[in-house]
Amino acid sequence: MKIRSFKYILRQGLVGIWRNRTMGLASIASVSATLIVLGLIIILVLNINNMAELVQVQFETIQVFLEDELPLKSISEIGDRIENIDGVKSTMYESKEVALRNMKDRWGDQAHLLEYLESNPLPNSYIIYLDSIEQAHEVVYELEEIHGISDIRYYKEIIDNLIRIASFITNIGLILIGTLIIISIFIIVNTIKITLNARKQEITIMKDIGATNWFIRWPLIIEGTILGFIGALIAVAIVHYGYQHFYNMILTRFTVMFSAYMITVPEMFGRILVMFAIIGSGVGALGSILSLRRYLRV
Amino acid sequence: MLKNRHNVLIFAGKLAGIYIVLSKHISNQELMTLIEMHNVFKTYQKDIHALSNINIMIKKGEFVFLVGPSGAGKTTFTKLILKEENPDCGKIYIDGEDITNLSSRKIPYLRRNIGVVFQDFRLLPNKNVYENIAFAMNVIGATSKEIRRRVPMLLAMVGLSAQAGNLPHELSGGEKQRVSIARAIVNNPSLLIADEPTGNLDPATAWGIMRVLRQVNRRGTTILMLTHAKDIVDVMQKRVIALERGKIVRDELQGAYGYED
Repeated sequence: MKIRSFKYILRQGLVGIWRNRTMGLASIASVSATLIVLGLIIILVLNINNMAELVQVQFETIQVFLEDELPLKSISEIGDRIENIDGVKSTMYESKEVALRNMKDRWGDQAHLLEYLESNPLPNSYIIYLDSIEQAHEVVYELEEIHGISDIRYYKEIIDNLIRIASFITNIGLILIGTLIIISIFIIVNTIKITLNARKQEITIMKDIGATNWFIRWPLIIEGTILGFIGALIAVAIVHYGYQHFYNMILTRFTVMFSAYMITVPEMFGRILVMFAIIGSGVGALGSILSLRRYLRV
Repeated sequence: MLKNRHNVLIFAGKLAGIYIVLSKHISNQELMTLIEMHNVFKTYQKDIHALSNINIMIKKGEFVFLVGPSGAGKTTFTKLILKEENPDCGKIYIDGEDITNLSSRKIPYLRRNIGVVFQDFRLLPNKNVYENIAFAMNVIGATSKEIRRRVPMLLAMVGLSAQAGNLPHELSGGEKQRVSIARAIVNNPSLLIADEPTGNLDPATAWGIMRVLRQVNRRGTTILMLTHAKDIVDVMQKRVIALERGKIVRDELQGAYGYED
């Protein structure tokens, strides 16, 4: 395409937005509205996935508690036996003193309650890291054979359920996102069709004069892309502000523990900015192309 | 003997001369033809023949009136030339090129060689006179320098230099039609199709438009004018092609309208 045609087309696209600003506002509003709903779903899906991942790492271990008063020699013997079980990647010994200190750290502000303990009630334990969570059952079976172990804790069921719920929500989210994108294309197509009806004469004249289809299409595509993009930016702003509010609410009303599992506000902003900009512009451009088909057939 | 040889040479020379003249004539004929239709049929619905068995040849520089009652096929005739419609069968040549199999990508370039003027002017209401004409040049990718040079020239030709900044709704019917003619010829097309250009105008204004069209024709543009204006056709003494029920019933070089309207 010639440069001067490109400049003309770009100018026509911008002029078109100004001239059809009422319908333009309608298009922007419909893109924003769908993207805001989309944003809610995305926030939900991303956070649940994030949470699932973080929790999974923490729970991919087996903890065995040892009987009290075991001599140091048998403690290290048990450690060796555990290391030799198939599927065990590594082990970490946690003495009862360390366990108490960790607990105090975790309790934070409430740690002073632990000061009143007369003796340390926590057992010595081994934390066992597995090659994969799938092997948990076999490893536990072997562990039960070892003397000196008072209790075995592992979380396979919890993790399985967590993964199942997370992927279920993700799938539902994806279906909703797909549906919403289709709906927003439909809305954009209809909005642009209304503006096109007003410009039908202009398009007919252009075709009579010998304008190529792309010469007619480009300004409208540019128009649609810009409208979609503006709609996306508005949606990003609203979703960002909303998420910030929600995040702070969680932070103040609940504990730090809970918000630690959430995606931070700047990270969420970065993700939806890119995603929405692409979806918004894409929906606008596609809407223009689809709605023009009928008018270019002459 | 010598005289004989002399005669043979003269004869050969004459033959060569005739050959040159003939071949020039033939190639001229080919070069001079702008629109050619061979056995063209067009049917919209079953048994309704919009056009049937049209054979026609229109030379470059001609001024042709296409007349006939409403529904006779005049509009279909122009739609075939513009390739807005395709014939069911037959061949159509524009400027020597067979357009029956023209790919849709090339259609815009065909149309750039054909200007069209309508009864209802079809000006862009939100562009002024100058911009309406410049718009046609923008469409084909003209430089702003070319546009600045050519648009005022055309405005002067159709006598609207003073109205360059006016919007269409500020113009009279005749002025609007002048703008639309200027727009149609701004890219120097070989053919100007005028579909009832005087249909909405009073007689005096209509004659003004005819003067402009004649001027355009004198500059070499072929004109095909669809009309119901008996007085104009009768006075102009140009070629008249009459269509009735999709058939050419009359084709006269200095014809009259031939209907009592």
